Amino acid sequence: MNTLPRAVDLGVIGCQVCGLVCRNVPGDTQWGGDGVDDVMACPRCGSTLHRRKANSYARTWALLIAGFILYIPANVLPIMRTASLNDIDDNTIISGVVELWVKGSPDLAVIVFAASIVVPMLKFLALSMLLVSSQRGSDWARPQRAKLYRLVEFVGYWSMLDVFVVSLLTALVRFSVLSRVEPLPGVIFFGLTVVLTMLASISFDPRLIWDGRNTDD
Amino acid sequence: MTEDSHVEQGQPPRDELPRPVVKQRRFKESLMIWLVPVLAALVGLSLVIHNWMQAGPQITISFQSAEGLDAGKTPVKYKNVVIGKVKKIRLSADRSHVLVEVALEKSAEGFATKGTRYWVVRPRIGLGGVSGIDTLFSGVFIGADVGESNQPQDEFVALEAPPAVNHGARGRSFVLHSDDLGSLDVGSPVYYRRIQVGRVASYALDKDGKGVSVRIFVDGPNDHFVTRSSRFWNASGVNLSVGANGLKLNTQSLATVLAGGVAFQDPPGPHDSTPAPGNAIFNLFGDKDTAMAPPDGEPHYIRMRFQQSERGLAVDAPVEFLGINIGKVVSVRLDYDEKTQKFPVLVGAVVYPQRLGSAYEKLEAMAEARGEKPALSRMLGRLIAHGLRAQARSGNLLTGQLYVSLDFVPHAAKVAFDPGARPLTIPTAPGSFDKLQEQLAEIVDKLDKVPFDSIGKHLDQSLAALNATLKQVNGQTLPAFNDTLHGVQTTLGSANEAFSGDSPLRRNLSATLEQVQRMARSLRVLTDYLGSHPEALLRGRRADPPPTPLAPPHQPSQPKSGSKP
Repeated sequence: MNTLPRAVDLGVIGCQVCGLVCRNVPGDTQWGGDGVDDVMACPRCGSTLHRRKANSYARTWALLIAGFILYIPANVLPIMRTASLNDIDDNTIISGVVELWVKGSPDLAVIVFAASIVVPMLKFLALSMLLVSSQRGSDWARPQRAKLYRLVEFVGYWSMLDVFVVSLLTALVRFSVLSRVEPLPGVIFFGLTVVLTMLASISFDPRLIWDGRNTDD
Repeated sequence: MTEDSHVEQGQPPRDELPRPVVKQRRFKESLMIWLVPVLAALVGLSLVIHNWMQAGPQITISFQSAEGLDAGKTPVKYKNVVIGKVKKIRLSADRSHVLVEVALEKSAEGFATKGTRYWVVRPRIGLGGVSGIDTLFSGVFIGADVGESNQPQDEFVALEAPPAVNHGARGRSFVLHSDDLGSLDVGSPVYYRRIQVGRVASYALDKDGKGVSVRIFVDGPNDHFVTRSSRFWNASGVNLSVGANGLKLNTQSLATVLAGGVAFQDPPGPHDSTPAPGNAIFNLFGDKDTAMAPPDGEPHYIRMRFQQSERGLAVDAPVEFLGINIGKVVSVRLDYDEKTQKFPVLVGAVVYPQRLGSAYEKLEAMAEARGEKPALSRMLGRLIAHGLRAQARSGNLLTGQLYVSLDFVPHAAKVAFDPGARPLTIPTAPGSFDKLQEQLAEIVDKLDKVPFDSIGKHLDQSLAALNATLKQVNGQTLPAFNDTLHGVQTTLGSANEAFSGDSPLRRNLSATLEQVQRMARSLRVLTDYLGSHPEALLRGRRADPPPTPLAPPHQPSQPKSGSKP
């Protein structure tokens, strides 16, 4: 348990947009609502106020699971077709990495591997860990978990790298018969996975990390 | 909005924090968010189901080699439509061939049935042409051709070469029987009036090994040109014939010269021209002439016994009756006659009496009219009685090829003929050429005795001597002759000088001639005088008469008296 008091303990609520702190006591019905399930707005900037992001666990879990489900076809289906004069090559993410490595670009292979395999997996693992630990109200290594969340948010943008590579190549390599790159369904699933995991990390409320076992959310 | 609450509640104290605005009750969305993973799961599931639905049968094709095949890439195509893909390539357990696992598409289930054929399409350059060039760029693929059966099968043995005929192609196939294959091959063209209308689909030895069955396929709509009486012949290669009409070169096309081919045509004259049914059986003749010849009818074996050497008489040499080819020689063997201690030649031949046409029919009719059995042996007996003899004649003076001619020999000695004997033996007569040959041989013998060797040697020696002589003439005689010529030339020069107009010789000569003239004149005077005074020979000259007074100078007698001999 954290010794520092939380906003809810003090009966206040902060606006995440403009930073205004308002008086709000859960269960206080004198303002018209029940103080728990009402949608409250900041009196200054009008943005929605919430003590914790609404339904954060369920949303994050749902989006994370959806992202993970779509991650399977994203890896199984080929994402890119490289057609040259006498050869048509369909590549999945893994086979592309292997090909890059074998054909003598280990640096590129590492980058693609990191962006397409490591980052999404890291996000799945980190978010799952954060969710589980927060739901259990664990107080284990809270500052590190908060750091981890920030890391997840930061690397989230980079996993779109593969999608960018495919779309760039598709646009650039168009020499009709000689050589041509076409996107294949796998890249759509991969893009969806990235979007869903980003949404999942947004819907996770990092303040939950600091909530103890006896919180009311 | 805030004013409302503030009016109701009054102005809060200065240190009091502002109150948030309550908008409305929260919408319960806790369950709605789970639609997202459900949707994702549905999408994933649909992919799996789609894949499962799309997955067709898995088949295994065994190849001799996996050359050009690529697991995960090489497609299987039917009529150039992809119907499957190679999944895996592995060796068979005994390592004798390659097993290729192919995943067919769902729509191509019909290709996993008995009778379907698979083969690898590669660029092929053959005598008949070039095929599969596109695979140079796109890589090889496996071609497929579905059969008729519906019986499922999942293990196939690939063909080594593409089949000549695809299943379901319009047209009909026929079977040709031949003694040998010639230069035909699968895919060799079939020509009708020199237009390619089909090709050889397959060939196989007959079960007894005594012939070859060639299956050909004639494409529609030209297949109806194959009638019940069509004749097929092997149009392979070049048919070069030298005849009385000159040199004749027969080919179907350049391709057949190299790759062989079959041609067919209906025989001339009336014939059954209903289209032949599929799989009808025909004979494949060696060449067009044989194919177009009228049917030969029953063959008869005859034997001839020649007393002299028959060099140049080979098997397949023609047997002619009065210039008409009625058969061919099938055997030439040597026999030994103990009585005469000679080696006669036994020539066996097969003759087709029906080739004689109407003559044979008339002979048959006559024989029947006489009440005899119209047997060849009896007819031959009658002909032999009229002087029919077999002769070996020279067909070609250059090559010395002989043929057997059945001809009537005038004043032929009577020979006994046994019509019951088998085989029928036809008496022979020495051919005119045989005599000619003997005489020629004699001439050659005589020529042989001429000592060309010593003649040559002598000639050689004479030539050597002549050579030496000529050398001498060249070296010695000719320079001397040259000198002589010089001498002659100077002589002629001086002669020329001597005879020139002002030379002393010339002058002397003319003086001498003048004197001779004078002498002749005085001699004439003398003879004149003696003529008129013959006595002067005895008495001498008379005294001159006294001189007359001066006479005029024109007195004619004056010159006479004025001269003396």
